[in-house]
Amino acid sequence: MKSKPTRVTNSIRALRFARGEMTQAQLADRIGVTRQTIIAIEQGRYSPSLEMAFQIARVFQVPLDAVFQYPDQANPDKATS
Amino acid sequence: MSYEEKGVWVYLVTSAGGYAVYLAIIAGRLASTPAAAVSYAPVLLWTAGASIIASVIGRTLVETARPSDSRRGDVRDREISRSGEFASRWFVIAGAAAGLAMAMARWDYFWIGNVIYLGFVLWAVAGSVVKLIAYRRGLQP
Repeated sequence: MKSKPTRVTNSIRALRFARGEMTQAQLADRIGVTRQTIIAIEQGRYSPSLEMAFQIARVFQVPLDAVFQYPDQANPDKATS
Repeated sequence: MSYEEKGVWVYLVTSAGGYAVYLAIIAGRLASTPAAAVSYAPVLLWTAGASIIASVIGRTLVETARPSDSRRGDVRDREISRSGEFASRWFVIAGAAAGLAMAMARWDYFWIGNVIYLGFVLWAVAGSVVKLIAYRRGLQP
């Protein structure tokens, strides 16, 4: 099975829908990237920089760990910030 | 597919296509002429030039057929571009080193010129492939 390039997971898709079904294009415009980059982040094909991660969290007005999660080494099922 | 990714596809096709045309012409000449007497430089320059022009036209045609959301690249495009250039740089280094070794060994200009050209073509093709894999599967850390 093909492994993803990053172990970071995210809740961007859920947060977009919770924010009035914000489109990927709208989010991309807000943080100054292409729509394809938002798609790649949502699908776990691209890890954004720390700066971009903060920008995304700021758009949704939530803490960083509400957007991005990282699995615990000892307990991989448990995602931590 | 982003504007930059489409550009990489066009560049890959035109680079490989240009070299394929060059090889076909030179192979035809090599069949009847010794390598030292083969006039390769004009063919190399014309096919390389045609490849650049085809790349510009191809990009315009692709954008006309399937317009992109935006023509601006972003940080991900730049990272992918850098990773492709980094991974494929060895082909240019190998081509230059092989050309140098062949010059010191007094090989014919034909072979020296061609091995260096091959290094550039492999750099372009391998770099494009690495970038496309990164676009499709993600950047490997």
